[in-house]
Amino acid sequence: MEFGQSFSFAALGSQFLVGLSRAMILFVVCAGLSFVLGVLRVPNVAHGALYMIGAFSAYSISTQIGGNAGFWLALILAPLVVALVSLIAERVLFCHLYQREHLMLLLFTFALSLILGDLVKLVWGATYRSIMAPAFLRGSFPIFGSAFPRYNLFLLFIGPLVAVGLWFFVNKTKMGKISRAAAVDREMVGALGINVSWVFAAAFVIGCCLAGLGGALVAPTISITLGMDHNIIIEAFLIVTIGGLGNIWGALVGSLLFGVTQSLGVLFWPQFAIVFPYATVVIVLLLRPRGLLKSVW
Amino acid sequence: MFKELSDSKQLWLVVGILIVLLIWPMLMPRFYIYILSLIFVTALLAMSLNLTIGYGGLFQFHHGAFYGVGAYTFALMLTKTSLPMWVGFVVGPIVAAVTGLLIGWFCVRLSQLYFGMLQISLGSLIWAIVFRWYTFTGGDDGIHGIPRPAVLSSSNNVYYFILLVLVICLAALYVIVKSPFGATLQAIRDNPQRCEAVGINVRRHQLTAIVIATFFAGVAGALFVVLERFVFPDLLFWTLSLEIFIMCLLGGWFTFAGPMLGAAIIVALRIFVGKYTQYWTLILGVILILLIFFLPEGVMGYLLEKLKPRIKEATERG
Repeated sequence: MEFGQSFSFAALGSQFLVGLSRAMILFVVCAGLSFVLGVLRVPNVAHGALYMIGAFSAYSISTQIGGNAGFWLALILAPLVVALVSLIAERVLFCHLYQREHLMLLLFTFALSLILGDLVKLVWGATYRSIMAPAFLRGSFPIFGSAFPRYNLFLLFIGPLVAVGLWFFVNKTKMGKISRAAAVDREMVGALGINVSWVFAAAFVIGCCLAGLGGALVAPTISITLGMDHNIIIEAFLIVTIGGLGNIWGALVGSLLFGVTQSLGVLFWPQFAIVFPYATVVIVLLLRPRGLLKSVW
Repeated sequence: MFKELSDSKQLWLVVGILIVLLIWPMLMPRFYIYILSLIFVTALLAMSLNLTIGYGGLFQFHHGAFYGVGAYTFALMLTKTSLPMWVGFVVGPIVAAVTGLLIGWFCVRLSQLYFGMLQISLGSLIWAIVFRWYTFTGGDDGIHGIPRPAVLSSSNNVYYFILLVLVICLAALYVIVKSPFGATLQAIRDNPQRCEAVGINVRRHQLTAIVIATFFAGVAGALFVVLERFVFPDLLFWTLSLEIFIMCLLGGWFTFAGPMLGAAIIVALRIFVGKYTQYWTLILGVILILLIFFLPEGVMGYLLEKLKPRIKEATERG
């Protein structure tokens, strides 16, 4: 339980960058969760399972095709696989429940996460999987006197790209405007002659698609295994809550806070590193119970 | 208070079930005694949760944390100190209740989903500490081979001990639910604004409910240790909390005994279905979806709805 080794500003800097790239993956996942939460008002517990499906299908696609092309195709196709799964779940089951109690919706997504989690076990088995990043993203380069993986730099590039894309979608497209309106007042949107049910379906699928993208992005950095959904979903919920429910920029702020405190915690007190992000969440919620940014609820 | 109970045939039903449970160990093999003991422990946990969810309308999303705190406190008292068992058995639930007081004190300031989220983050904090503090809690290995006093050496004695504690706790919970406090709690659940206007201190009542519920969760945790003789960090992980939540909904959270039924169904299903397939959670998920679509009031709620006309008829005739 020794309290921190000797650490320099260089170590601090590189660890900060690692945290930042971890935050980018968290952001991609949480943005999807937050989007669904904003439009449908449902905390989607199955989001973690969809993230896991994204990672496993990225594994299958990239090992089937192989090489650089395999990785890029996986990055595109894995989210689409997840989108398909979520579309089926939404149209067959979930859409019949919108009139029901809020708690029932939450429970439905939990049931979905249980089913999807076991389906992953059925399809891919319980063994550990891993994939390689494409050749030019492997290895690392020196920064602050220590090695920084190239793939993390790629993540630092992808994160803002997703953020800008989402901003464009939500603010500049008609679909985004409708979904924002549905988040604020769904009856009014329905009264204007828009099929709210399909707006919900689209929002759900887009949100889940981001979970799949997050899973595909994280795949080369960790070992893909069953149970990876349990950790991400709890982290994602906390991030979305401290950011402000349904606020995508809140998800960004929350992810940055969570990712950076996690990686800096490793530096200060390795044994209890996982305590730091949770403690951060507690402090934020005590100071600002409704989240850092404005919630749409 | 007990008038309602003694008036109806319910009393005879309760007595009948108790007699069956008392002679159960004499007739059944050891495996079934163990299963029933496990059901008792889980039933107490679900009942304690239902005080906050069903009667209080609170989003108590991380009840498992208090179960784990009770279990760990009891286990640590038994392994690290030489105090007699009953001291640990009293201290465990008290520590769980104090934890509940601390966490609840922050949580009752928030409403609904934010309440649940804050509780999950605080509970996860406890989980993270237990999970990593190898020198004290044993980290992710947990604590194994916890000693049991000689009185509780046989599985029959463990069974009777757990049954005794369960009956005492259920009686206490019944008294609490039927007391003026219980009535106020349900009124707050149904209309917090009006209760506030009438002059009820809503937060204090909710906090009291949380403390009582976490105390009984701690009792359940200690019973778990008596039964299994080990603890591990998964007891505090949020998936367990959601599972208890499902038990309440499955059994029927607007009925007193519903959560017990739910716990019995889930535990029995897991043990017997788990024998044949490794895809137990898949089946649980399907059951849950069927429940949401067809039995929103839970099994017990459904049964009561079906039986109500018949009971009414019978009492009118009688």
